[in-house]
Amino acid sequence: MDTAALLQEFSDAHGVSGYEDAPRAIAQRVLEPLVDSMRVDALGNLITFKKGTGDANGKHRTMMLAAHMDEIGMMVTGYSGGFLRVFRVGGSDPRTLVGQEVVVHGVRDFPGVIASRPPHVLSAEDRKKTPDWNDLYIDIGATADEIEGLVTIGDTITLRSSFVKLSGGYAAGKAMDDRASVVTIALCMQELAGVTHEWDIAAVATTQEEVGLRGAIVSAFGVAPDAAIAIDVGFGAQVGVDPNISIKMDGGPCLSIGPNFHPTMYQGLIDVAQKREIKIQSEVIPGASGTDAWGIQIAREGVPTALLGLPLRYMHSSVETVAIADVERTGRLMAAFIQSLKGDIELDAQAKE
Amino acid sequence: MLLEKISNARGVSGNEKGVRQVLREAVAEYCDDIKVDALGNLICYKKARTATTDKPLRLMVSAHMDEVGLIVTGFNGDGTLRFGCVGGIDGRVLVARTVLIGDTEVPGVIGCSPIHLVPAEARTKAVDADKLVIDIGATDEASARKLVSLGDYACFAVTYEPLLDGQLRAVKGKAFDDRAGCTVLVELLKEDLPVDLYACFTSQEEVGLRGARVAAYAVDPDAAIALEGTICDDLPKEQDKTPVTEVGKGPAITFMDRSFIADQRLVKLLTSTAKAEGIPCQFKRAAAGGTDAGAIHLAREGVPSVTVAVPCRYIHAPASVLSLNDLENTVQLLAAAIKRMNGGLA
Repeated sequence: MDTAALLQEFSDAHGVSGYEDAPRAIAQRVLEPLVDSMRVDALGNLITFKKGTGDANGKHRTMMLAAHMDEIGMMVTGYSGGFLRVFRVGGSDPRTLVGQEVVVHGVRDFPGVIASRPPHVLSAEDRKKTPDWNDLYIDIGATADEIEGLVTIGDTITLRSSFVKLSGGYAAGKAMDDRASVVTIALCMQELAGVTHEWDIAAVATTQEEVGLRGAIVSAFGVAPDAAIAIDVGFGAQVGVDPNISIKMDGGPCLSIGPNFHPTMYQGLIDVAQKREIKIQSEVIPGASGTDAWGIQIAREGVPTALLGLPLRYMHSSVETVAIADVERTGRLMAAFIQSLKGDIELDAQAKE
Repeated sequence: MLLEKISNARGVSGNEKGVRQVLREAVAEYCDDIKVDALGNLICYKKARTATTDKPLRLMVSAHMDEVGLIVTGFNGDGTLRFGCVGGIDGRVLVARTVLIGDTEVPGVIGCSPIHLVPAEARTKAVDADKLVIDIGATDEASARKLVSLGDYACFAVTYEPLLDGQLRAVKGKAFDDRAGCTVLVELLKEDLPVDLYACFTSQEEVGLRGARVAAYAVDPDAAIALEGTICDDLPKEQDKTPVTEVGKGPAITFMDRSFIADQRLVKLLTSTAKAEGIPCQFKRAAAGGTDAGAIHLAREGVPSVTVAVPCRYIHAPASVLSLNDLENTVQLLAAAIKRMNGGLA
């Protein structure tokens, strides 16, 4: 598998929360030869299964891998002349939107531009303000009498920013959050192709994470896993961000510690990483992780859960940047961890206290 | 299509060679003489073809080749690049942007801190443009210097593309200010006209009309027309503020801006031609901005000048939008008006 090519295809695909058809189709195509079965649930989650051998007593346990395939974006809320009025879906950042190119998903896909007043007519004070959602318009080159036949209120809008390979093994794109993590799952499943492992695997590309972890909540119920790993992006070190709250780019996946994460899972991943000499890092998240891990952990009777954080710069903008090597390390780490699982992994350690 | 080619070409002020090369090839077969001067202006001469007087009018028509962009001003220890803006750029459009640096077009991105880490009260403030850097993926200064040199120019990574194929025939691209004017000027060179035409593709307009100044000295014209891609500001607004120009309403004639007051004879010639020929046109309704005409009309002992512009939305931002109808009507209006200059200015 060509990691960069996969990142490009996934990041350039369009699918805001609730409208994940395009990235799901890619995930289906990529995972199909690597799994035994797959299904799509009521919320659009792509749930794929690969059987393991089971333990000596024939007991099967399931590891869920989850990465979300939705992206932040906008939705059409009205018209103003030939222009569209919009509001955000998920945490779109208006500071990054002025002058951006978009795709409006109307009766067909229309290229467009987020309209801005020229600096020539703005006061110095106006130029220092982030536009309010009420002041953001989208221009697809339509006149007032054309627009209503082409775009309907409720149609979605995604950023349009082509994947670009930077130097030093970095790459930027509009939806690396969290499609780069979907790629880590594909890489993991590729590593496990033709390899024996005891545990079954449920690899899930989840929906609607950006609006409240909704796909993860229902797919974790559906899968009923014995343990789970969520993969999502973390704040990579960058100019303008406190180094104390960011993780190192090209430093490997970041393992999280805190109430959202099971200590045995955390330790198990660290042990495997050390044994296999895979670069990793750690960070503490004292409460809600804001990731699928937060939803999965409380499915049914509770699930021992871990989070792998992929270092990413410029989160929630059209130039989200990752180190390609981190994507590959994350895939390798998960594959090695799954292969290492024998019987129960003492996930009931706390219960024994 | 020429607009597509020159919109995609590189030409930040002071480094116009990329776009100049494309233009030079495009006009070669129509000109009697072509030269490039010390400031990088491309000056194309086409002798009068249909004049009925011995001394046809020397008409300078200018369109600037340069575009606003960025220039690398320094290297940071972490491998990121410091940069300055060449020409007037609204700092807010720099955020979340891909740029192409230097002749080898090294890709870089300009990001900002994630919204998650910005306190609520600071989210209404635009990102401080002075603190932005370009990230090319280099992890230290030495590896950045291997790919990029001090003073390299950077362009926005925006590609020409048609938008909706509707009434406006809108297209999107980089630097329509003033590649729209350059496109009109190339079309005029194809016409047989009764004037000695000096088609000047000028440099450094965006940093102070500097190419046009020296070109006008060299050409020493009897009259001048500056061709522009000008501001629209035709977005819906809370209060009723008149748009400066409107896309789809035809070429915009400037009677006054920050840089000059248009010659009344030329304005009248344009409006009466538009009326006679049934070509839509509009006035630029704000005295904002300046054009090459500002420099040209002050050359030597003074030159009667006017500016005609294709209305362009979002100029000085990475992606601008214009209507091909407006572009074609601008060519038609100019050609028809210049054909009426046979006997000189009225």
